[in-house]
Amino acid sequence: MLQKIYDWVDERLDITPMWRDIADHEVPEHVNPAHHFSAFVYCFGGLTFFVTVIQILSGMFLTMYYVPDIIHAYESVFFLQNEVTHGVIVRGMHHWGASLVIVMMFLHTLRVFFTGSYKKPRELNWVVGVLIFFVMLGLGFTGYLLPWDMKAYFATVVGLEIAEAAPVVGGFAKMLLAGGEIIGAQTLTRFFAIHVFFLPGALLGLLAAHFYMIRKQGISGPL
Amino acid sequence: MHRGKGMKFVGDSRVPAERKPNIPKDYSEYPGKTEAFWPNFLLREWMVGAVFLVGYLCLTVAHPSPLERMADPTDSGYIPLPDWYFLFLYQLLKYEFASGPYTVIGAVVIPGIAFGALLLAPWLDRGPERRPIKRPIASSIMLIAVACVIFLTWEAVDHHDWEAAAQQGAIVEDVEVDETAEGFEIWTTQQNCINCHGGDMLGGAAAPSVFQSDYSKEEVMDIIINGAEGMPAGQFEGTDEELETLAAFIANDGQNPDE
Repeated sequence: MLQKIYDWVDERLDITPMWRDIADHEVPEHVNPAHHFSAFVYCFGGLTFFVTVIQILSGMFLTMYYVPDIIHAYESVFFLQNEVTHGVIVRGMHHWGASLVIVMMFLHTLRVFFTGSYKKPRELNWVVGVLIFFVMLGLGFTGYLLPWDMKAYFATVVGLEIAEAAPVVGGFAKMLLAGGEIIGAQTLTRFFAIHVFFLPGALLGLLAAHFYMIRKQGISGPL
Repeated sequence: MHRGKGMKFVGDSRVPAERKPNIPKDYSEYPGKTEAFWPNFLLREWMVGAVFLVGYLCLTVAHPSPLERMADPTDSGYIPLPDWYFLFLYQLLKYEFASGPYTVIGAVVIPGIAFGALLLAPWLDRGPERRPIKRPIASSIMLIAVACVIFLTWEAVDHHDWEAAAQQGAIVEDVEVDETAEGFEIWTTQQNCINCHGGDMLGGAAAPSVFQSDYSKEEVMDIIINGAEGMPAGQFEGTDEELETLAAFIANDGQNPDE
């Protein structure tokens, strides 16, 4: 049955080459922990992606309850945390996932650095990877404000003060992020938009480029 | 692949009519013990992922994500703290060479150089050598940078007053006491109770709010008659009926139980 559906679609869209491109690639011995246990360092990138997928899924569920305005934001998070079935688990996964992504990405970066995998011909992929790192830090910064509790608010106040200290662009950057002189209603909606639309959009584009380049060039060889 | 004349398409589309067999590549002639990603390696990767997910879920269940009280922009005494992965940047701004008139150095120059170097690493370290030991400059700079990040994070955690932080953010439960209720009238006559728990029933230096724990009416009466931890017994002066009314009032979070 499944085979028939596949054949029916394949006849019309010729998906076999596409499927073989996605599924068919080799895993060399030196990155396979089944053969050399020390190769587990090559798992960090995959685990970063795994946590990222969990972040996207849990974040989608959080937005079903979250309300991005200063009167209801806190109440909606409190409700999600204390009243919604398994809300505490979903929010907990998003909270801890944010930290895990940073940890895994940090380890992945160190692995790539110390195996010299960023050298020719993989320079561009390294640059894209570092950009992903920046986007992740941006997601962490903007997401921290959204519960609108004390620590969220004052961490953002300090963060925007630091941004303001930058010469020339500082004032503009702060105004762009805060949406005004004070850190309030406008800031929360802007951070929500950045956290949920702008940065994830950038992240997906960068991830696509990252994975395309890995597939095109193959994983770096043994040391 | 068929090219040029005689190509056949599906209907009037551009999809070639010729079917290609869906056969995995043969990796047996590849160097070493190369194996196919799909499905051999992916199955094993899933098992690693499952173990990782179990650990992740245990962490989530054991430590629910924190939530402090609602943001109050007027509370200027609050000591701010960013999330842990920004602590190293935050700590940097506390040093003399990177704060006050030199904030630009701590906020822009040092992080700018560090992250800029990270971004441009392939062009800063151009040699063909990949082993970390064969490119000592790049390796040692990275090790020093990692050590600095860990040290700064450690210092920030060490300097922060975690107890004060927990207290300043704690959620305070609002109790609205109905001061027209019969129970409250009885309270105003009980000087012994007021001495410690305050005229508003919400506690003071000597004792907590009477609404702090969710006791039933019977438990409240038991505590008033027999005392509790740090609270002497038999302080109530009045009839049993008044005692019962007051206990019901307290058990009902400061509202008349009849309503």
